[in-house]
Amino acid sequence: MELVLVNLIDGLVTGLLLFMLSAGLTLIFSMMGVLNFAHASFYMLGAYFAFQISLALGFWMGLLIAPIIVGVLGAGVERYGLRRVHQYGHVPELIFTFGLALLIEELVQFLWGKNQMAYNIPDVLNFTAFAIAGNSIPAYKIFMIFISVAIFIGLLYVLTRTRVGMIIQAALNYPKTVEALGHNVPLIFMGVFGVGTALAGVAGVIAGPVLGTFPGMAFVLGSIVFVTIVIGGLGSLWGALVASLLIGWITTFAKSYNLAMSDVLNAIGIATPENLADNVFRDLWTVTSPQIADILPYILMVLILIFRPYGLLGNRDA
Amino acid sequence: MRKSMKLGLGAVLALTVSSAAVTADTIKVAFIDPLSGPFASTGTNGLHQFEFAADYMINQNGGVLEGDMFEVIGFDNKISPKESLIQLQVAIDQGIRFIAQGNSSGVANAITEAVNKHNKRNPDDRVLFLNYAAVDPALTNDKCNFWHFRFDANADIKMDALTDVMAADESIKKVYVIGQDYSFGKAVAAAAVANLTAKRPDIEIVGNELHPIGKVKDFTPYSRKIVASGADAVITGNWGSDMLGLGKSVIENGYTGPIYTYYAAGSGITGAFGETGKGVIRLVGEGQINPPVSDAASDYYNAFKVKFPDGNVDQPRISNVIGMLAQAINAAGTADDVVAIATALEGMEYDGIFGSKIFMRPNDHQAIQDVHISAHTNEGVTFTYDGSDYGTVTETTVSMAAMDSTSTCDMQRP
Repeated sequence: MELVLVNLIDGLVTGLLLFMLSAGLTLIFSMMGVLNFAHASFYMLGAYFAFQISLALGFWMGLLIAPIIVGVLGAGVERYGLRRVHQYGHVPELIFTFGLALLIEELVQFLWGKNQMAYNIPDVLNFTAFAIAGNSIPAYKIFMIFISVAIFIGLLYVLTRTRVGMIIQAALNYPKTVEALGHNVPLIFMGVFGVGTALAGVAGVIAGPVLGTFPGMAFVLGSIVFVTIVIGGLGSLWGALVASLLIGWITTFAKSYNLAMSDVLNAIGIATPENLADNVFRDLWTVTSPQIADILPYILMVLILIFRPYGLLGNRDA
Repeated sequence: MRKSMKLGLGAVLALTVSSAAVTADTIKVAFIDPLSGPFASTGTNGLHQFEFAADYMINQNGGVLEGDMFEVIGFDNKISPKESLIQLQVAIDQGIRFIAQGNSSGVANAITEAVNKHNKRNPDDRVLFLNYAAVDPALTNDKCNFWHFRFDANADIKMDALTDVMAADESIKKVYVIGQDYSFGKAVAAAAVANLTAKRPDIEIVGNELHPIGKVKDFTPYSRKIVASGADAVITGNWGSDMLGLGKSVIENGYTGPIYTYYAAGSGITGAFGETGKGVIRLVGEGQINPPVSDAASDYYNAFKVKFPDGNVDQPRISNVIGMLAQAINAAGTADDVVAIATALEGMEYDGIFGSKIFMRPNDHQAIQDVHISAHTNEGVTFTYDGSDYGTVTETTVSMAAMDSTSTCDMQRP
């Protein structure tokens, strides 16, 4: 029972981290109608910038400054890159962001090399917050939960309770009308892109010390972020939250409990074949849940695309 | 005026050509490993260590034979077996007779097969395969051939040495084995279980698990299981970001016992572990870096640091590859007849710079050498890794590990 609680907390941390990435991506998608392949690269940039700043000014300045730099870079990419490409349609935009992702990865390797960076948890947070039945919960995890929840509440407040947020929401769905009403829609787009990438930057800053800061970090997380927003519903902030938490918990629980495929098949009434070693389905019978944990979100995505193509909380036909 | 200049130029050219003909040749070694892509750091570091060893040990001491110099040429195989075979052909076409490769046993399996075929079909330009790091036991067992020499201790030898040390530690009662879900991870797990049950039947294997390679973002759930199992020791063959991710996560979530690893040093991993890995991370491998075994070893390392300030000598066996190749060429009296060189390598005993005697077993071409269990620490470290304060310090040495182990190799000599 205690282990369930521990897993809930672990899954929450994974889910919230995923949310910070997918929130920006889903906003950018609903705005421009294009998937930003370079989104996870901004996450990586956040981690590397924070690492570099933390060497000189400490972790906290890194947390403060790195996302701002990433956000400004993101806004610059929108203003001088994507906006120019936009007029040629969606495919050039896709290719542009794809190329940008490769470019950023090469640039990071060029500047920082190909090795792991020694970007570590700050000493103030490097202790055990509390323990549940012998399982210690590091203080840094509590800090991660705190930061991401604060960002979610802040984002929700701005989007639903302020004038700026309402204009953004309107611009997402009816850009022409909003423009006709006298608002500067390109500026809003640039702002949303900047904030979205800054969020990815924050995720990078706080995930870098625990998940490792290396040139492959964007690649490892890149595909799962797309899966998250497809499951949640493209363009839906709440959908992104629900899907992130769902994925966080599914993968955590699948890894924690050694659920074997043979048990599942036996439970639904299929008997284990006698000479398993020669059976053609041997690999299927011997699969355990930790082995396939990281593939489960993709299976979920396929199911969602079949039965509910617009995602869990999406409100438009994708 | 013009004419005289032309004449002068011609004379100079003729002089250089003739002088080149008088002085000795260059002995080329093709280094086929990933120099781009996700594993580029490992490959590039290896190439630097090869270039340095050739230059420092051979060329600065007058070369081999009558002043022949070594040259190491890098070929990028992008860690793909298919690409490796293309690069192998390119190297052979350039007249290179010595092929060095190490990253990934999958690639090594492809190269050893290709070299064997090539040497059968082209007896006039045969080549040798110097495997400096691929540790799949099969390469010196079922798949062995006369042209392949392995300078690293294979996965079974390392596990044998590691479990010797673990078996002597009475405080270890429960062991957790975790690794990447592919051939090497499975080989490590199988060897760990087999060795431990044979040496210490009372040790309980409380977990034996594989995770997808390079796909796990967060190792926390795995660490929870390791902590919950009450394990006194963890064994893993993980490398790269999987090693760092697993190690960091296990330590963060409250595990304090030793984690026995194959590849938890260098390439930024030592620097990134830093203080957290102290007293926990143990490595099994050849070559003793700290404390330095001799002045010669210290000089070697210092000279390397002058040339590559950001680099590490994290594969000390590379100096043995170059040293033993040079010794074999000198003994054979030729750099072209690889059969004579291979025969000289067989059964060779060589005193490595990093302390161990190396014996190239003739029956399977597996180098037998001292295997060390070392700890990740910042105390007593003369040569640190990754520009950090941390490095590896040898704790236990198994001398000439697995000297009398059996091999299924049926060596076919030409």
